[in-house]
Amino acid sequence: MASPDPPYDEPAYRSSALRAPRRPLVPLPGGPTEASGPVFGEDEVEPGDADLTCHHEGEPLGQRINVSGRLLDGDGRAVAGQLVEIWQANAAGRYAHEVDQHPAPLDPNFTGAGRCLTGPDGSYRFVTIKPGAYPWRNHPNAWRPAHIHFSVFGRAFTERLVTQMYFPGDPLLAHDPIYLSVRDEQARERLVSSFDWQTTEEEWALGYRFDVVLGGHLATPVEGLR
Amino acid sequence: MRGPTPSQTVGPFFRFGLAWLAGRDLVAEGHPGLLRLHGVVRDGEGDPVTDAVVEIWQADPAGKFPPRSPSGWRGFGRCLTGPDGGYSFATAKPGRVDGMQAPHIDISLFARGLLQRLVTRVYFPDEGPANSSDPVLTSLPDPSRAETLVGVPDGLGLRFDMCLQGPGETVFFAW
Ligand SMILES: [Fe+2]
Repeated sequence: MASPDPPYDEPAYRSSALRAPRRPLVPLPGGPTEASGPVFGEDEVEPGDADLTCHHEGEPLGQRINVSGRLLDGDGRAVAGQLVEIWQANAAGRYAHEVDQHPAPLDPNFTGAGRCLTGPDGSYRFVTIKPGAYPWRNHPNAWRPAHIHFSVFGRAFTERLVTQMYFPGDPLLAHDPIYLSVRDEQARERLVSSFDWQTTEEEWALGYRFDVVLGGHLATPVEGLR
Repeated sequence: MRGPTPSQTVGPFFRFGLAWLAGRDLVAEGHPGLLRLHGVVRDGEGDPVTDAVVEIWQADPAGKFPPRSPSGWRGFGRCLTGPDGGYSFATAKPGRVDGMQAPHIDISLFARGLLQRLVTRVYFPDEGPANSSDPVLTSLPDPSRAETLVGVPDGLGLRFDMCLQGPGETVFFAW
């Protein structure tokens, strides 16, 4: 299957201009280093790390949401026990980050970072609030669609993935150079979560579902390596 | 049939989400055989990349990975570059992982402006014979670029600068 990944050199994304390599990438034959990957233990994540709404004195402002899904390999098999990290802006579109200059309010009850290990069926689940869209200086009147950043490890170095989850029906998607950098429309739509009644909780929270499917470009890790 | 989830940039605002796993040494200070792997990440104008995530993945000194390596060997490190574009890891030199490849450390580099991570490798300058038969180093389309993959010993340890673009551009791999 062709790689769904965006190109490095993307003129519509200004920050790539001085950072995208100019020389062609060299194919790396996979060896033991690429077929293995770090192991994270249960002791490294606390159960509360998956609830982004419970780390401060009060409740954060915004729409409470459950974000859940499964981590799968290219053959649709569950990828269990792997680290998932997320980070996001608050409901007003402001990051708890010193270099975010957007004049929207910080929320003293929201930091916006979480992590968990996937379960035996590859599942993960976070409780958070829906992030707001935010402006950036890429082009005139540029706004990033609401998104949650995801970092996942997988079982092999080749499976390591950092991506972003978007929300269905967001009108900003059609104007976002980062989202649109994924040329294949079907692949792009896999970045958009779906609204999910199953994880929507009565009088409590909306549910969104986002499965992450690891590519890795190489064959799956050698059997018996781990 | 679902395909793989595409990559997206790590963006500029990751520090509060990714810092918790950064700064853990692979070996403790004072460890015999400690290798200080460090360097600077630079963009196409030679300016330091102050908002990059550098991750390393490597075998232990015997060439083993978890869970086959002795417990305590993590093999993984993360460092967020600072205002000088610099990164640093306290680690140990990896052993050979198979009969063909010279000792190496794999690097993933994430940053604003990179829609996918960049992947490169650090090789060791004191491994002349192994390097000269390494299948990756010896099959580069432009052999003169092999030197961008070999660390340079200095007073601190082993220096490995990464140049994203321009003259001296580091060799980056497709995987
Ligand atoms: Fe963002």
